[in-house]
Amino acid sequence: MNARNLLVLLTLVIIFILSLLIVLPIDKGMLFGRGMLLGLDLQGGIRLVYQADLSSVEAGREDEIIDGVVAVIANRVNPLGVTEPIISKQGDDRIVVELPGIDITDVQKERIGRTALLEFRELVIEDGEEKWIAATGTIDGEERVLNSSYFKENTYVTRDNFGKIELIFEWDEEGSQLSEQITSRLLGQPLGIFEGDESLKGEDGQPITPIIQAIITNIGSITGLSVNEATELSKQLNAGRLPVPLEVIYEENVSPALGADFIELSAKAGIIGIVLILLFMILYYRIPGLVASLALVFYGVVVLAIFKLISVTLTLAGIGGFVLSIGMAVDANVLIFERMKEELQAGRTLGAAVKAGFGRAWTAIRDSNITTFIVCIILIWVGSQIVAGAPVQGFGLTLLIGVAVSMFTAIIVTRTLLRLFVGSNLAKRTSLFSPYLGKKDV
Amino acid sequence: MFDFVNKKIRFFAISGVLILICIISLSSLGLKAGIEFSGGLQLTLSFNEDVELGELKRELDNLGYGNAIVQQALGSGDFLVRTFELSTSEEVQLVNELAVIFGPLDSRSDDISPITARETTNITTIAIAIAAVGIMLYVTWAFRRMPKPFRYGTCAIIALLHDALIALGVFSILSGILDWEINLMFITGILAVIGYSVNNTVVIFDRIRDNLSRSEDDDFGVVVNNSLAESLTRSINTSLTTIIVVLALLLFVGSTIQNFAVVLITGIIAGTFSSLFIAPLLLIVWENREWPPFFRWLPFLKSNSRK
Repeated sequence: MNARNLLVLLTLVIIFILSLLIVLPIDKGMLFGRGMLLGLDLQGGIRLVYQADLSSVEAGREDEIIDGVVAVIANRVNPLGVTEPIISKQGDDRIVVELPGIDITDVQKERIGRTALLEFRELVIEDGEEKWIAATGTIDGEERVLNSSYFKENTYVTRDNFGKIELIFEWDEEGSQLSEQITSRLLGQPLGIFEGDESLKGEDGQPITPIIQAIITNIGSITGLSVNEATELSKQLNAGRLPVPLEVIYEENVSPALGADFIELSAKAGIIGIVLILLFMILYYRIPGLVASLALVFYGVVVLAIFKLISVTLTLAGIGGFVLSIGMAVDANVLIFERMKEELQAGRTLGAAVKAGFGRAWTAIRDSNITTFIVCIILIWVGSQIVAGAPVQGFGLTLLIGVAVSMFTAIIVTRTLLRLFVGSNLAKRTSLFSPYLGKKDV
Repeated sequence: MFDFVNKKIRFFAISGVLILICIISLSSLGLKAGIEFSGGLQLTLSFNEDVELGELKRELDNLGYGNAIVQQALGSGDFLVRTFELSTSEEVQLVNELAVIFGPLDSRSDDISPITARETTNITTIAIAIAAVGIMLYVTWAFRRMPKPFRYGTCAIIALLHDALIALGVFSILSGILDWEINLMFITGILAVIGYSVNNTVVIFDRIRDNLSRSEDDDFGVVVNNSLAESLTRSINTSLTTIIVVLALLLFVGSTIQNFAVVLITGIIAGTFSSLFIAPLLLIVWENREWPPFFRWLPFLKSNSRK
C-alpha cells in the first residue's frame, strides 16, 4: 500500500516536472518548444467573416465554389506577410479570415474580399431618369451579360502615349463576339464599368465611363486608374477572381498593444485569485488545505501544458474559463475535506477518514461536474455556430478541459499526498487536519 | 441543529420577493441588445493618458456621435463605445479624431452586420433551451435509483430558472443605470450560471441520496434538513473560492468580459441560495404535498404543482 502510494507520488512528480518544462517559458517551452497560442483579442490583428452570395450558383456546386473562394483569398492574403493567417469555411456559405498580429490598411482589407468581376453597363433613360443597366449580347440565341469573366488571363498595365495608366485586356472567343455586338450597337455612347453595384472610379475619384470610339473585338483598355489600383486589379483579374460576391458580416480589429495589456491584466487577476484561494484553503482546512494548494498548483501547470499540447488558442474569454476553473477546481477538495471532517469528528483515525472522505465524496464530484460538461459542450457548439462566437467557444473549451483535469488532480494528487501523513506522528493531531474540530454544531 | 425545513416559508418568501423585484425591473427597464443581437459597432478604447468619461462623451457628441453609448469598464479602465454601423473609413476617422483630442490610444473594434442578429438570437435561445432540458434529463437520470427521480430533475430546473431570472433582473437594473447591454459574453455567463447552479444542487441532492440510503429515520424532512446542514459549509466555501477568482477577473481585467463576470457573481450567489434553500425544500413540499399554502405566496409554482 505504502509502496504503491510512493510510486503514484513519483509518477505525479514526473508529470509535474514534464508539464512545467512544456509550459515554461510561456512563449517557447523547454520541452517540445511550443508557445502558447493566443487569439486575436490577445495578440492583435483582424478577423473578417464574409458571407458568400450563392444565389447564382447551381445547386450541388456550392462546396466547390466556396473552396475556390478560400483558395483565392489565400492567394490574396499571402503577400501581406502575415505569419499565421487562418482562412477557413464556417458553415455552408461563410469564410473566416484571421490575420493575427498585424494592422493592415483599409485598402488592403478591401482587396481581400473584392469580387474583381467587372461588369460593363450601358446608360438608358427610364421614366426620365438615367440608369446603368447591364450591357448584353447574344451567343447561340442566349442573352449574356458582358463582364470580365470573358477576359483572357493576360491583362497588364502600361502607359499610353500621353503617360496615362492603361489596363490592357484581351477578350476570349465568346467575349469577343459579345463585345463586337455591344460596341457596334453603342458606338459613340458611354460604357459604364461596374464592380458589384459600384462604378469603377479613377485616380481623380470620378467614375470611369469611356465613350466607345470604335468597335472592339479583340483588345481593349481601361484608362484613368492609379498605378497601384491598376496593378492590383490586373493581378486579380488574371489569377484571383472570386466566383461569387462576398459581404463582410463581422469584423474584429484589435491593435496589438491592447491585446498585450490584457495578457498582463488577466495574468495578474489569475495570480491574485489563486493566491487568495490558497490562503483561504490553508487557513481554513490546515494541512489538507496545504495539500489542496499543492494540488491546485499542480492543476494549473498541467492544464497550461495541455493547452499547449493540444493547441488551444487562448482568448480573453478562454483565460476567463481557465481562471473560473481554478475557483471550481478546489470544489472537489472542499467536498472531500468536509467529509473527512465529519469522519474525524466521529472519532475515526486519519487513515479511515481519508478513505471514507474520498470514497463517499466521489459520486457528488462526478455527478455535479457532468452538469458543467453539458453546459461546456453547448457553449462550444454555440461558439462554432455564431459569427462572433470565438470567445464563447474559447471559454467553453478551457472550462471543459479545466474541470476534467481538476477531477483528476483534486482526487489523485490530494489523496496521494494525504496518505503520506497517515501513520505519521502528525496524524495523531487530528486538529491539524480539520477545521473547528470538536464543535459538533455547524 | 438549525431547522431549515420549518423555516422554508421564509426562504421561499425571500426568493419570491427577489424574483418579483427582478420581474418588475425586467418589465419596466428591460434589457438592451448588444451588437451581436442587433448589429452595430463597438469600440474598445484604451487611452495612454487619463481621460474622463464625461469628457469623452462630450467630444463624441461634438463629433456627431451624440447617440453613442459610452461606458467605462472596471479593471482595465477602457472605454466601451457603442455606435450604429459605420463604414471602415468612418471608423478609422473617428479613432483618429479621438487620438488628436486625447492623445495616443489602442483600440479594438467589433463590427457586426445586422443580418446576423436574428441567427445569433435563435442559436442562443436554442442553446439555453437545450441546456435546461439536457440538465433536467441528466439530473433525473443521475437520481434514477431514487423514488420519483423526475422530482429531482424538476426541482433542479426550478432552482436554475430562479438563478437565471435573478441574474437577468440584476442585469436589467444595471442596463437601466449604466447602459449595460446583453452581449454574447453575457449569454456565456448565463450558461455558466446554469451549469454552476445545477452543480451545487446536485451536490446537495447527492447528500440527500446518501443520507436516505443509510438513515433509519424515515422522515424525509429530517433527512433533508441534516443533508442541508452538512452541505452548508461546503456550498459556501466553494462559492467563495469561485467568487474570489471571478471578482479578480472583474476588478483587474474588466473590459469585454465584465458582463460575464457580473452575471457570474450574481448567479453564483443566487445559485448558492437556491441550491441550499429552494431545490431541496421544494422536494419536501412535493413529498409532503404541502402545495396549497404556497399558491397564495408564489404564483410561479402553480404550473409546476400539477405535474
